[in-house]
Amino acid sequence: MSDRGHTAVAGIQPPFAEQRTVSISSALEFVGRTANQFFEWFGDLGIFSWKVLSAALTPPYEWRELVRQLDEVGSMSLPLVAAAGAAIGVVISMEARYSLSRFGAKSMFPTTLVYSVIQVMGPIMTGLIVSGRVGAGIGAELASMKVTEQIDAIEASAINPYRLLAATRILACILMLPLLTLAADASGLLMGWFAQAMVEPLSFHQFIASGFKGATFNDFLPPTFKTAVYGLIIGLIACFQGMRTRGGAEGVGRAATNSVVLASLFVILADVVLVKFILVVFP
Amino acid sequence: MATAYDIATMHTEPEQDSGAPVVAIEDVRKSFASHTVLDGITLHVARGETLAVLGRSGTGKSVLLRLIIGLETPDSGSIRIHGQDIAGLVLDRMGEIRKKMGFLFQHAALYDSLTVAENVAFPLEHHRRDMSRSERVDRAMQLLAEVGMEGDAEKMPSDISGGMQKRVGLARALALEPEILLLDEPTAGLDPISSGEIDDLVLKLQRERRMASIVVTHDLHSAKTIANSLALLDQGKVVIEGKFEHLQQSHIAFVEKFLKQS
Repeated sequence: MSDRGHTAVAGIQPPFAEQRTVSISSALEFVGRTANQFFEWFGDLGIFSWKVLSAALTPPYEWRELVRQLDEVGSMSLPLVAAAGAAIGVVISMEARYSLSRFGAKSMFPTTLVYSVIQVMGPIMTGLIVSGRVGAGIGAELASMKVTEQIDAIEASAINPYRLLAATRILACILMLPLLTLAADASGLLMGWFAQAMVEPLSFHQFIASGFKGATFNDFLPPTFKTAVYGLIIGLIACFQGMRTRGGAEGVGRAATNSVVLASLFVILADVVLVKFILVVFP
Repeated sequence: MATAYDIATMHTEPEQDSGAPVVAIEDVRKSFASHTVLDGITLHVARGETLAVLGRSGTGKSVLLRLIIGLETPDSGSIRIHGQDIAGLVLDRMGEIRKKMGFLFQHAALYDSLTVAENVAFPLEHHRRDMSRSERVDRAMQLLAEVGMEGDAEKMPSDISGGMQKRVGLARALALEPEILLLDEPTAGLDPISSGEIDDLVLKLQRERRMASIVVTHDLHSAKTIANSLALLDQGKVVIEGKFEHLQQSHIAFVEKFLKQS
């Protein structure tokens, strides 16, 4: 009687121990698969980086495509970066004025604005803006070329696509990011000063002289030129995601999204490392 | 004016300079994950010869062309171009071999940001730097004239029909004066008149340039019009290879069925 009862219950619902075994094994399987994909992604990125590097260092050099990409990454991003820099300058100006007034340190306003914009906000904001605009653009463009076999056609025409498409775009990002950062900084400082000058009189000359007083090149050059690393990250990830795309229009959309998300994430992570590196190397 | 059939009849026998194959495919196998696409394919094509590779959709015909031009690598077996095994060649070395090959993609794969003329001039810009810009433009226009597209040189690929795109793709494939021509479904998706025009064009080019050509198609009419020999693929293997008459005389069930249905 008791056997029959046990069988009936077992027939309706598996024993708890069995359920737990199944869920643990499927969880382990999921973790294993995710870890595998994670390492595979980095492995593929390493191979891709090597192909791009070896193509970039050997002739023929694709100067014309590089110039086109410098224009695409630099000139086309300039208005957006300058506008964002201006907005950030105004925001920092308003916040700094309020905070410094509370602590009776209004005289520190120019220095606070200059250091905030040039050391912190200008570089990271430029990196994120370019991640969005250029990262998505490169990711979508190359993904579209991939799914329509245009990259295969380039390769079939005996042209190295890593040299023509990837190396030129990555190099353009590396070269243009510091220049765009300078533009963002200039725009931020100008609009930050303007926002302050609207509230209380402060000449631009006085603002600059006070803001940069006691500053050295070490205070400003490393934060500006660290954005070349952001450029490397943005260009590399966007080209990688674009050129490994599969699966038609959906794949193109996924490549564009992944390019922006991953490039932004890695720019922020790189910033953590670079800030520490700069503090140690340029004390 | 000679029709495709007339020209085909005139040029049934290839004029071969020597017996050495320009393209030699030996026991090539290729799988994607657990799916075996090509399972021990052996084929040879000599100069002036046109081989049509036939078979049902998904039997690895296009993969075979991609292997020959090095866009995919075989799991085993060898592919030799002019006696040179292409396995494991670095991209730039492979590029030297690719300069001798022209590839027409199934969907033409024209660069959508370039005009028709720029598409054709693209390989010249990268490999014929000895030519001046005007010489490259002239050459591109000459190639477009050969495929009957000189009037559409300034149009964008999105502004021309599928058949016209294939003509432009063919002109681009011929830009570097290849010794080997690979055509992936040149007549797929085209109306009978456009298909006939493409066939005529391919025959004309073969007659004038005497390239070794491999045409992948499931269009039997086109295959027997432009090819000297045919190879029929099924389940990753060559079921039969030879002239069309040889296929007609075969009693292999798959061959009979394929010929009957085509």
